Amino acid sequence: MRQPLTLKDHHHEHRLFSLRLLVAVALVLVLSLVLVGRMAWLQIAQHSRFTTLSDNNRVLTQAMSPPRGLITDRNGEILAVNRPDFTLELAVEQSADLNDTLNRIRQLIPLTDDDLERFERRRTSARRPWEPIPLRGRLTEEEIARIAVHQHELPGARVTASPVRYYPHSHLFSHVLGYVNRLSAEDLDNMTLAEQRNYSGTHYYGRTGVERYYEHRLHGQVGYRQVETNARGRILRVLEEQPPVPGDDLRLSLDLKVQQAAYDALGERRGAVVAIDPRDGSVLAFVSRPGFDPNLFVTGISHKDYARYQQDHDHPLFNRALQGRYPPGSTVKPMLGLAGLDAGVTSWERTIHDPGYFSLEGNPHRYRDWKRWGHGQVDMEKAVVQSCDTYFYDMGFRLGIDRMHDFMVGFSIGEATGIDLLNESEGNMPSREWKRAARNAPWFHGDTINTSIGQGFMLTTPLQLAVATAILANDGHQVVPTLAADETHPPLRPDITLKDPRDWERMKHAMEAVVHSNRGTGRVMAKDARYHMGAKSGTAQVFSVGQEETYNEEELAERMLDHALIVSFAPVENPAIAVAVMVENGRHGGSVAGPVARQVMDAWLLDEDGNLNIPEPLARPPIQNALPTQASTTAQATRTAAP
Amino acid sequence: MSQVDPVRTTDNGGHAIFRTPVATRLHLDPPLLAALLLTMLGGLAVLYSASGGSMDTVIRQAIRFGGGLLVMLVLAQLPPRTFRFWAPLVYGVGLVLLALVILVGTEAKGAQRWLSLPGIGRFQPAELMKLAVPAMVAWFFSDRTLPPSKRNVLGSLVLIFLPTVLIAMQPDLGTALLIAAAGLVVLFMAGLSWRLIGLAVLVLVVAAPLMYFFVLHDYQRTRVDTFLNPEADPRGAGWNIIQSKTAIGSGGIGGKGWQDGTQSRLDFLPESHTDFILAVLGEEFGLIGFLLLLAVYLVIIGRGFFISWQAQETFSRLLAAALTMTFFIYVFVNVGMVSGLLPVVGVPLPLVSYGGTSIVTLLASFGMLMSIHTHRRFINF
Repeated sequence: MRQPLTLKDHHHEHRLFSLRLLVAVALVLVLSLVLVGRMAWLQIAQHSRFTTLSDNNRVLTQAMSPPRGLITDRNGEILAVNRPDFTLELAVEQSADLNDTLNRIRQLIPLTDDDLERFERRRTSARRPWEPIPLRGRLTEEEIARIAVHQHELPGARVTASPVRYYPHSHLFSHVLGYVNRLSAEDLDNMTLAEQRNYSGTHYYGRTGVERYYEHRLHGQVGYRQVETNARGRILRVLEEQPPVPGDDLRLSLDLKVQQAAYDALGERRGAVVAIDPRDGSVLAFVSRPGFDPNLFVTGISHKDYARYQQDHDHPLFNRALQGRYPPGSTVKPMLGLAGLDAGVTSWERTIHDPGYFSLEGNPHRYRDWKRWGHGQVDMEKAVVQSCDTYFYDMGFRLGIDRMHDFMVGFSIGEATGIDLLNESEGNMPSREWKRAARNAPWFHGDTINTSIGQGFMLTTPLQLAVATAILANDGHQVVPTLAADETHPPLRPDITLKDPRDWERMKHAMEAVVHSNRGTGRVMAKDARYHMGAKSGTAQVFSVGQEETYNEEELAERMLDHALIVSFAPVENPAIAVAVMVENGRHGGSVAGPVARQVMDAWLLDEDGNLNIPEPLARPPIQNALPTQASTTAQATRTAAP
Repeated sequence: MSQVDPVRTTDNGGHAIFRTPVATRLHLDPPLLAALLLTMLGGLAVLYSASGGSMDTVIRQAIRFGGGLLVMLVLAQLPPRTFRFWAPLVYGVGLVLLALVILVGTEAKGAQRWLSLPGIGRFQPAELMKLAVPAMVAWFFSDRTLPPSKRNVLGSLVLIFLPTVLIAMQPDLGTALLIAAAGLVVLFMAGLSWRLIGLAVLVLVVAAPLMYFFVLHDYQRTRVDTFLNPEADPRGAGWNIIQSKTAIGSGGIGGKGWQDGTQSRLDFLPESHTDFILAVLGEEFGLIGFLLLLAVYLVIIGRGFFISWQAQETFSRLLAAALTMTFFIYVFVNVGMVSGLLPVVGVPLPLVSYGGTSIVTLLASFGMLMSIHTHRRFINF
């Protein structure tokens, strides 16, 4: 087994070994140089890159969202405020078994599918590790207590408080204030880089109403905080801080008392009320009923609640005051009358005989008056007071649609009023050009005759009627309805000047007679009034109800009834309020809409003891040349018709 | 021929016997001991910072150092022929224990590496083999003609790969490779022909991809994948290596200062006081700190090679060279893996990383080196 005997050559072996040792030493030196080279590459060549990586690990720049400005009415009543909302957050990395943790939480507090879906979406999207993900907001005190008791079983779960918008008056201001809800990726996409930076810490965005229009003022400036965190995301110290600049508090021209009166006066009926102070353009009340609870939208409305609003036949999410297009009916007769007077086709002295209808020469068609047997001898004042259709058929026919259109546009009929809300409907003041473009049909005499009593193609929003009335009450001086108490927006149109300025006074007195004379159509509303008012009632025919909706017969019959309208202003001598009321399917303008308008005017003009005490107009700044910077781009887009 | 201590020999030239240095009487090698103590002290300083200022950890490590030094001292007293005598027996027992580990071993972290002995506790037979394998191969060549014949090469390969395969089956590929390396170094020092070395390298290059696909476990494959592309899973498998490179790179030339390394202090660096402690050193003491550590390591390695060069018999020579080279391989593999040059294998940084029986094994090997150096026989003419 042993090899054949060979003598070990010790000298040779030692030489061989020494050589190998030399190779080993060389190998060690070469490999050591490799290590030195590697370390030098990391620590010298790549030093700055790794320094950045190391700082990115440890230094977290947190954007601090500015507190959103409060919204108050003109008297400082809080309309929108920020309240702490308690949210359950979960740092999923701290939870060994996420499903187990979620199940435990589920046993403590209710979680909806919406909550879980939202949580899952945020968990799987790009985010910083260890960053807690909100699971459920709007925790009640009892739920917070239950979580606290079981905290030790819920690794990674914690309850945090963050400010969330709250609207204490809920439905009352829903259509004018609008609401904020979660800032979406789409919102950010539509912003400039500077705006995106300013919204880096913000979670909410004004979606509709005043909240949307004045987003740029309410939001404020983002702040920054540099903090040092450990690998588990715990903040160890604050390195640098630049506090946020809070958003402006916004005082509105609205008056809680007037708004409440309008809201209550409408009751459970569908409708809209807009009240404007003609002296300064203040919007005193802006109501659309039914309203909705804006608080449901803030942290994300549930599918159930949203479906409930969507499927409601009364369309609570529809802003009737701003976007509802209704035929104005007789409410625009005073303006039309002024058009006829100014054009010289009629005068205060001129009378016609009303047999109960109007017909064109050589045409058997009869345009009927609402009073079958007619009003007899009728002059302008009587035509306004008793709302004689035949007088206006005759006058309108001789005035012609072109002059009618050009004059009415001055009252913002068919054009934007310029209110500080987005997506205002412009209604429609028909013209030859409009009919050709929209209907591809020529203008007929019958169209003119229908238009001259506010029917046919003419459509107005309740807001437009209020503005038109305010302009009339103002003797043609333009009124820009403005919700912000500290802004003055330039008029979109020149003032209306009449050849005989006394016509303003006479027309207002005719409107006074509508409510204060025995024969007036609106006499119900002036009962026991402490001041004199002017008004004009109207009814608007309903053409059709929503096609895709299913009504039962009784409901259908109700929804085919005329809409009740009234426009009014007071006091007659020195108007301080103009009100437009629309009650859907209310049938009678004077008796249904009139008392609503009266309630609103009383709320504004009378003090607690019922004595006339007219509030001073707001001290608005002189006209600003530029419109508000941020919202204006979108606002401009919706005002394409503005000159 | 008489067996006389070197210093005592010179004492004949006029020095008093009681002047014999303590180190000599204790069979210690002062340069090696000094370099080892320096490394351990520096290691404790880094460990203090890496463990987040835990004096407790430092004391436990120091106690382990003490135990290791004691083992070193004991082994240094034994003459090398004792190691040579016991090598086959220890190797044989080691093989049996390795087999037992696979049969009845204690499982931890998905691998069976420990043997629970009643009254003694757990221990890893693989640690024993780190010393036994090179000793056995050195024993094998000690009586044979060098350079080795092909038959003897084959015999030594069997001795090397028997324990290697058993350890790889645990599975602990890292330790298996280190032990194979220790044995192969002996073979290399014994004069393995360059032709065969070239052949072995060729086989390795061809076999590596095959190993990857057919032999490696999933977690081992993941480690290789991660090494090749750590960015593929930066929050998971790639996290360690990305964070350790970040720690080292951000340290720069001068480092962030003792206890000021943010990567380790803020827990971004996992395993910061065990296998990845070099990243803490690199972050807090920079390139300068690393060069100092490497310098001390090279002093130890140089002294080890010097001892093997001075050794008088084949067994001592081969064993000393193999233990020294193994020490360097530890350093190279650890620095390589922490700096992202090599895949992550569980190799601690010698005398700096916290924990384990590896410290005792390591210091035991230095005890054997000292024994080899201090038990040389001198011929008086």
